[in-house]
Amino acid sequence: MDDLGHALHQRTKIETKGVDLFYGEFQALRNVSLDIPECAITSIIGPSGCGKSTLLRIFNRMNDMIPSVRVEGTVLLSGTSVYDKNTDIVTLRKRVGMVFQRPNPFPMSVYDNIAIGPKHHGITHSADLSGIVEKCLREVALWDEVKDVLKQPALGLSAGQQQLLCIARALAVEPEVILMDESCSALDPESTLKIEELMGVLAEKYTIVIVTHNMEQAGRVSDMTAFMMMEPDKAGVLVEYAPTAEIFSNPKDKRTEDYISGRFG
Amino acid sequence: METRSIYHKKLREIQDEVLVMGAMAGEAILGAVEALKSRDLDMAQQIIAGDQKVNDLRFEIEEKCIQLIVTQQPIANELRIIIAVLNIITEIERIGDYAEGIAQITKMIGDEPPVKPLVDIPKMADKAVEMLRRSLDAFINQDAEAARQISTDDDIVDDLYDKIYLELLALMMKNPDIVSRATRLIWVAHDLERSADRVTNICERVIFVTTGKMEEM
Repeated sequence: MDDLGHALHQRTKIETKGVDLFYGEFQALRNVSLDIPECAITSIIGPSGCGKSTLLRIFNRMNDMIPSVRVEGTVLLSGTSVYDKNTDIVTLRKRVGMVFQRPNPFPMSVYDNIAIGPKHHGITHSADLSGIVEKCLREVALWDEVKDVLKQPALGLSAGQQQLLCIARALAVEPEVILMDESCSALDPESTLKIEELMGVLAEKYTIVIVTHNMEQAGRVSDMTAFMMMEPDKAGVLVEYAPTAEIFSNPKDKRTEDYISGRFG
Repeated sequence: METRSIYHKKLREIQDEVLVMGAMAGEAILGAVEALKSRDLDMAQQIIAGDQKVNDLRFEIEEKCIQLIVTQQPIANELRIIIAVLNIITEIERIGDYAEGIAQITKMIGDEPPVKPLVDIPKMADKAVEMLRRSLDAFINQDAEAARQISTDDDIVDDLYDKIYLELLALMMKNPDIVSRATRLIWVAHDLERSADRVTNICERVIFVTTGKMEEM
C-alpha cells in the first residue's frame, strides 16, 4: 500500500506496516499497512466484524486488555514503536486518547471528570486544574452549558453533553491523537452534528482517527478513508485507503464500490 | 461553531470558481470582438488558445461538485445550488466556445477589407457580457427577481441581431462580392445572440435554485 498519508502533504503520525493481530489461534487482522496523517481526520469504515475497532485499539494498545491477544508487525507513533517492550502504556494512553461509542463519564462531578486525568499525571495546584477544566470545556464548546453545574454529577448531563465531556476529558491530558470509536452512534442527529463540527476544529491541533459505520459521516468529516472488510477466514484486511473524496467518488477496488453503494454491508 | 461549515466552505470555493470561469468567458467574448474590430490576429490566436483554460476549469468545477455531493450529501436548496452549478458551467463553457468561434472567424477574414464599420456587433458583445456578469451575481445572491430582469435584456440582443442581419442582407443583395465576408459577420452576430440565450438559461437556473421550479425565460 502506498504511503497515502502523503496524499494530504502532511507528516505521518501513526504508521502501521504488515500488522497481524491474533486472539489465540484466530487471526483477527491480516497484513494491515497504512499511514495516518498528522492533524487530519482519518476514518475507518467497513461492514460489522471486519476489524475496524480492533485496528483502532492497536494504536493505544487497548487490545492488551484481552487475554491471548498477540500483535505482530510494526506500529509507530511519531516514529517510535508502540509495541516496544519499554513502552510505558500509561504515557501511550495519555498521548493517544480514546472516546467510546457510549458516553462513559466517571461517576463523579463534571469538574472531577476533567480534572482527574491531569491530577493523575501530577498537576495538583487547584488554580491550574480549574484552568485546565475551563480550557477543555471551552475547546469542546460545552463550557457555557455546564459552567454553573461543574460540581453536579456528570451523569446528570444529556447524552450529547456527556459525550462532549468525554472528549474534553481526553483533551485534558494533552493528547496528540484522539481515537473515536463510533462516538456518535448513540447520539441524536443534533448532537452528532455538533461533534462532527468539533472534529473539524480539533483536527487543526490533534490527529483524529474515527471508526464509523455511518458512511455519510465518514464522507462529511474525514480527509482520508480506510475501507476494511472480512475475508472468508474472518480475518480483517485493509482493502483500500485513499483521500475520502476519491474513495466516495472513484474507488479503485470493486469491493469498496460495492460497499459504499450499499450492495453489501 | 457554524454547522455544516465544511460544506459551506467548499461551496463558496465552487461559487468563486464559477465567477472566475464567467469572467474568463466574458473577457474572451469582448477580446474576440475587439480582435475582429481591430483585425488583431495575434489577439484572436490568444483567445483561441485561451478557450482550453475555460474548458479545463469547467471539468475542475464539475469534479468538485461531484465530490461535494458524495461527501456532504446536500439536499433541498443545497442540492439545487450544486445542480445549478453543473448546468451553469456548461452554459459558460459554450459562451467560451462562441468567443473562440468569433476569433476563428477573425483569422479567416484576415486582412480582407471590412464590409462595414463594426458598431452593433460590439454593442451585442457588451450587452451579452453585462448580462452574464449580472446573472452570476444573481446566482451568488440567489436573487430570482434580478434573474428575471436580466433575461428581458435578451430582447435587446435579439433586436440587434435582427438589425445586423437585415443590414448585411441588404448589403449582400447590393454587392454579391461581399457575400462571404458578410456571412461571416452574420455568424459572429449569431454567436453573440446565442451567448445571450445561454445567459437566459443561467437565469432560469437561478430561479430554480430559489423556487425549486424551472421557468422558461
